[in-house]
Amino acid sequence: MDLIWLIPLLPGLGALVNGVVGIRYFSRRTAGLVANAAMAAALLLSMYAFWQLLGLPAGDREHTVRVMSWISGIPLALSNGTIGTFSIPWGFRLDPLSGMMILVVTGIGFLIHVYSVGYMHGEPRGSYARFFAYLNLFVFFMLMLVLGDNFVVMFVGWEGVGLCSYLLIGYWYEKKSASDAGKKAFIVNRIGDWGFIIGMFLIFSTFGTLDFRAVANAAGTMPIESAGFGTLSLITLLLFVGATGKSAQIPLYVWLPDAMEGPTPVSALIHAATMVTAGVYMVGRNAVLFGHSPMTMEIVAVVGVATAFVAATIGLVQNDIKRVLAYSTVSQLGFMFLAMGVGAYAAGAFHLMTHAFFKALLFLCSGSVIHAMAGQQDMRHMGGLKKYLPVTFWTMFIGTLAIAGMPPLSGFFSKDEILYKAFLDNKLIWGVAVVTALMTAFYMYRLLSMTFFGNYRGPAWEHEHAQAGASHAEAAGAHAGDHAPSGGGGWHGPHESPKSMTIPLVILAVGAAFAGFVGIPAALNGGNAIEHFLEPSFVARAVVAEPATAPAAHEAAVAAAAHGEGPAEAVHHISWAAEMGLMGLSVLVGIIGILAAYRIYVRAPEIAENLARRWSGAHRVLSNKYYVDEFYGATVVDGTIASANGLWIIDRTVVDGAVNGSGWLTVVSAWFSHLIDKYLVDGLVNLVGAVLEESSFLFRRFQTGLVQNYALVMLFGVFAFVSVYLFVR
Amino acid sequence: MITTTHYMVLSAALFTLGVVGVMTRRNVIIVLMSIELMLNAVNINLVAFSHQLQNVIGQVFAVFIVVVAAAEAAVGLGIILAFYRNKETVNIDEMNLLRW
Repeated sequence: MDLIWLIPLLPGLGALVNGVVGIRYFSRRTAGLVANAAMAAALLLSMYAFWQLLGLPAGDREHTVRVMSWISGIPLALSNGTIGTFSIPWGFRLDPLSGMMILVVTGIGFLIHVYSVGYMHGEPRGSYARFFAYLNLFVFFMLMLVLGDNFVVMFVGWEGVGLCSYLLIGYWYEKKSASDAGKKAFIVNRIGDWGFIIGMFLIFSTFGTLDFRAVANAAGTMPIESAGFGTLSLITLLLFVGATGKSAQIPLYVWLPDAMEGPTPVSALIHAATMVTAGVYMVGRNAVLFGHSPMTMEIVAVVGVATAFVAATIGLVQNDIKRVLAYSTVSQLGFMFLAMGVGAYAAGAFHLMTHAFFKALLFLCSGSVIHAMAGQQDMRHMGGLKKYLPVTFWTMFIGTLAIAGMPPLSGFFSKDEILYKAFLDNKLIWGVAVVTALMTAFYMYRLLSMTFFGNYRGPAWEHEHAQAGASHAEAAGAHAGDHAPSGGGGWHGPHESPKSMTIPLVILAVGAAFAGFVGIPAALNGGNAIEHFLEPSFVARAVVAEPATAPAAHEAAVAAAAHGEGPAEAVHHISWAAEMGLMGLSVLVGIIGILAAYRIYVRAPEIAENLARRWSGAHRVLSNKYYVDEFYGATVVDGTIASANGLWIIDRTVVDGAVNGSGWLTVVSAWFSHLIDKYLVDGLVNLVGAVLEESSFLFRRFQTGLVQNYALVMLFGVFAFVSVYLFVR
Repeated sequence: MITTTHYMVLSAALFTLGVVGVMTRRNVIIVLMSIELMLNAVNINLVAFSHQLQNVIGQVFAVFIVVVAAAEAAVGLGIILAFYRNKETVNIDEMNLLRW
């Protein structure tokens, strides 16, 4: 376990090797091998570390490794008037939460790497290596984020994944929409990072440390800010601003749908294993802080459920297969934040894990579909692909059922846990969440239906319907050209993807199906193992007590924390029957959603058109994503440009005017000074010169050069002096 | 009886001769000789007073003056010789290089 610092380092090395040497020299095979080997090693190491972690007693599952000092001993003033020491080590911490995260990140990241080998094979050699370097770098930063034992190391990863998302979303940078999407992701994330940084400053000035454990312990002793809006509430709110940026919550979710411009494995990586889970992880990591500020928790829950609802409604009408999945990601992240907001940290983290499985699966399946369709992403041009893509269909079917919350697939357990906790906390939020779950089931089955069922609506391919679909093919060709990972030229109809792509799909499908069994709730005679496993990460505890008393102290801390953080839980513990009823209800809404989608999109596709026509206003608003992008464009972007223009005008007139004016003043005063210099000073000097010159004309006459003249003068002089001496005296 | 006055008259006469020589002659060698004449007039004066005052210092001065005069004559003749080699003249009217 002392080697956990190697876990992030290995993908980092992979990125370095591929990035520095690989782009120039590696063949596709070598580049893929280096990246995959790095990931595989990281995965094995993570598994080993996790296994060791499991070997520890439940209360002691926390291991910190400080590799070296990074920033040491800078004195800084704290808010309570004392001077604190700002010291940051390169520290890594393995505890249940980060243990789960590294498994998710390396595990799913590894599968995505394997998948990418097949998916990206059409790329030029250099950019193939570049792609894998970016992927590895992404995983490296994500692992830094997850394993960091203090805010600053986490922030390194936090910013790093932002950078990598920019690089990967803009991977096809020749395409303007892709490079724009990359910039959008980066800038929107930066807005959130602003909150995160300010939050960090505030944490340091409040607690004098940025170590997670120390902060949590210190915050644990502070009173819960139930009455008003105090420092902890401000800190957590600022941190949550950071989380909304990274995890695509209202109001900063706009970058994520646009992130679909990147290659599909990137979408899978960003949406499932890394990046967007960072915000959820960060909230979970600071559970004690959040637990002490109920107002922030309220905001988190409301923002979460609002995001879930809004994104789900948008997802209902999107036609781009990846955009539907993108909005479903935003929506599912909303669920996770909802869980965090109602204090069900373990449920949120659990959903994070299951979501990682089924969302990675869904994205990779959609990538497989896009691959099969030579770059086509519009579901209106798909349909009936079931017979061409059996493996993809069945794995995607499992993923769809999982995200819809069908038992016994993984999504059921985690989503149900969240709904249950929401029900205990706030009935209104629960209601919205249930409606969202219904919509989730609906749009996911809609996606599945439009893609795999019904009649084939795509372009004809060469050897069969040559003349029938000539115009179709042209239109699709224009579409396909951008994304075509297999090259647009020789497309012979939809085809199943290569083994390197389908095997990860199958593994992920197994994961999506069974990952939920680690969290079977007590109502179903399960142990809810994951909740008990994760719980120690979310509570404050005494700073390493003696081994003998540690477990007892820990138990007390857990009990106290559970009592403090979830009063709702303690007050109204609902009956077993009610819990089963809730569970049944959530299954019911899932089935309703699926059946509705089946009825509309498989049985009678004209219903969809009728509905769209009848509710054309709503349909337009939804397909334009509530005009949020337009709204941001009109307010924030145009506002920024307008204020920049205003500042430019001020700069040009006032600042430049002042500079130019002072320059002009200097020139004028210099001119006057030059007059004085020229006529007064030089005049004096010249006058002296002139006087001397003129007088010299007179006096040089004495210099005859004749010795006798001089002697004569001397004689007269002596004569004069002697005369004076003799007679005048 | 030859008195100090006689010596002084002689000395004054010789000095005047020297001065007139310096002032009027154009040959630089004669000018130099006139200077020597003035120096020796002074010497006579010094020795005469030394005799009258019974003080030997005057004679000592005289000896010094003889020595200095000899040196001066040597240097002066040297200069004249060098000058002559360059300008082929010893006419003092033509020695006016140091004029304006």
